[in-house]
Amino acid sequence: MAKHATPLLDQLESGPWPSFVSDIKQEAASRAKNVKGVDYQVPADACDDVLGIMELSYVHKRTHWKHGGIVGVFGYGGGVIGRYCDQPEMFPGVAHFHTIRVNQPGGKFYSTAYLNQLCDLWELRGSGLTNMHGSTGDIVFIGTTTPQLEEFFYELTHKIGQDLGGSGSNLRTPSDCIGEARCEYACYDTQALCYAMTQDYQDELHRPAFPYKFKFKFDGCPNCCVASIARSDMSFIGTWRDDIRIDQEAVKAYIGGEFKPNAGAHAGRDWGKFDIQKEVIDLCPTKCMWMDGGKLVIDNRECTRCMHCINVMPRALRIGEDKGLSILVGAKAPILDGAQMGSLLVPFIKVEEPYDEIKEVIENIWDWWMEEGKNRERLGELIKRQGFQKMLEVTGIDPMPQHVQEPRHNPYIFWREDEVPGGWQRDIKEFRKYHQR
Amino acid sequence: MDKEAGKKAIVEFLQKKSKSKSKFYLKDFYEVLPNEKVRDVKNLVNEMVKDETLEYWSSGSTTLIGLKGTGKQAGAEDEA
Ligand code: SF4
Ligand code: SF4
Repeated sequence: MAKHATPLLDQLESGPWPSFVSDIKQEAASRAKNVKGVDYQVPADACDDVLGIMELSYVHKRTHWKHGGIVGVFGYGGGVIGRYCDQPEMFPGVAHFHTIRVNQPGGKFYSTAYLNQLCDLWELRGSGLTNMHGSTGDIVFIGTTTPQLEEFFYELTHKIGQDLGGSGSNLRTPSDCIGEARCEYACYDTQALCYAMTQDYQDELHRPAFPYKFKFKFDGCPNCCVASIARSDMSFIGTWRDDIRIDQEAVKAYIGGEFKPNAGAHAGRDWGKFDIQKEVIDLCPTKCMWMDGGKLVIDNRECTRCMHCINVMPRALRIGEDKGLSILVGAKAPILDGAQMGSLLVPFIKVEEPYDEIKEVIENIWDWWMEEGKNRERLGELIKRQGFQKMLEVTGIDPMPQHVQEPRHNPYIFWREDEVPGGWQRDIKEFRKYHQR
Repeated sequence: MDKEAGKKAIVEFLQKKSKSKSKFYLKDFYEVLPNEKVRDVKNLVNEMVKDETLEYWSSGSTTLIGLKGTGKQAGAEDEA
């Protein structure tokens, strides 16, 4: 029997989709039974009280969670988000209900043994509720009490060998796609770079240093499986400089229907015979492909590496061999000023340990943003406010055609006086020789 | 920089403001020590958190910093 009646929440379970309400109920029931005989360190009925307080919020149409708090673990300025409810008498199980962000393993690779260890620790020292994964990529553990924080942290770091993630005005937990571990599209080792940056920037990750949050994401190719182009202040997207490799025999096999397009991913429905013109060539965003007497031709100078043709015909087309990454800056979700996608800053950079060139770009940007950024201003907003040109100046990167999305619009680069022979001063008499008043 | 003088200036600034405000953005501390590099001020503030003069407050998205134990949060959250 549930501790609180939740008629409004119950409605959320009635749709065709999996429901978080059902999940929480399941955990509440499991904690009530306690088959494993866990010595719960936070109230065993925490999950019941979460359901209770949520139901009350639906009745009142207002939240009963207070905003933020002073909790943390010693020496860390992030990773723990204090949550307190404003009805602790009614719902003592969630009087404290802090969130802990845990740095996810590279590429989100787990062994089941490792997952079990994590879950066991959270059953013992938390509510048992998890969010795998938050939109930044972290493992999010929802609901524990203040006295459990240090205990949890000790066991996480000493027994499981894992660290907290970032929150607040910090570098947020860097996140990467599965990359070379499993994916033939990967143009660099995303996990190596992500791990190196996580280790090198421990201070920025754990001790607030910035005007606001700052996210790094590492995608091995422009398919952007971790959505770096949409969500991270700095995205590192794999790309190549040379030509797409074409296997003309395999192209023929796709045309002839021997190979399934998209590796059979859309095979749930009959889309008819594969039509290379309609499904690949006409959809190329730069119109840089055509058929020439049964052969597929690509004008690689015009290709933007969008990945479409490669995704459709992976056995015929492969990424080039001169691989590296592009750096884009300024993406963010729409809290202030609307959503923004990343803007290209560095079109191509080789990915070579110890990644000094990449770190130089990162640190120049941080110095600028820490100095000039307003409170709660994301990098993307600062770029808009002071201009893309200003960012090029601070990073020492010269303007180049790849920075221009549309001429005269994005970005608008002005001459500086010292770049113009004679500066802004003109000999007016000389000028009047040619131009009337 | 003279760390002790820097710490003193920060504590004085916070005490002076404590009637109206108990938590500040990191950037506000840069203005207390305008002649220092922002990285140095950041490191000093973090050091003062470590020695428990200051404490972080976080909404989850943003971090604010104040004197340890001040502000209504301390009492309301029943944090020692
Ligand atoms: S982003 Fe590209 S390289 Fe990374 S997993 Fe996705 S498809 Fe593969
Ligand atoms: S990757 Fe995209 S832009 Fe390049 S040839 Fe293929 S479809 Fe065209």
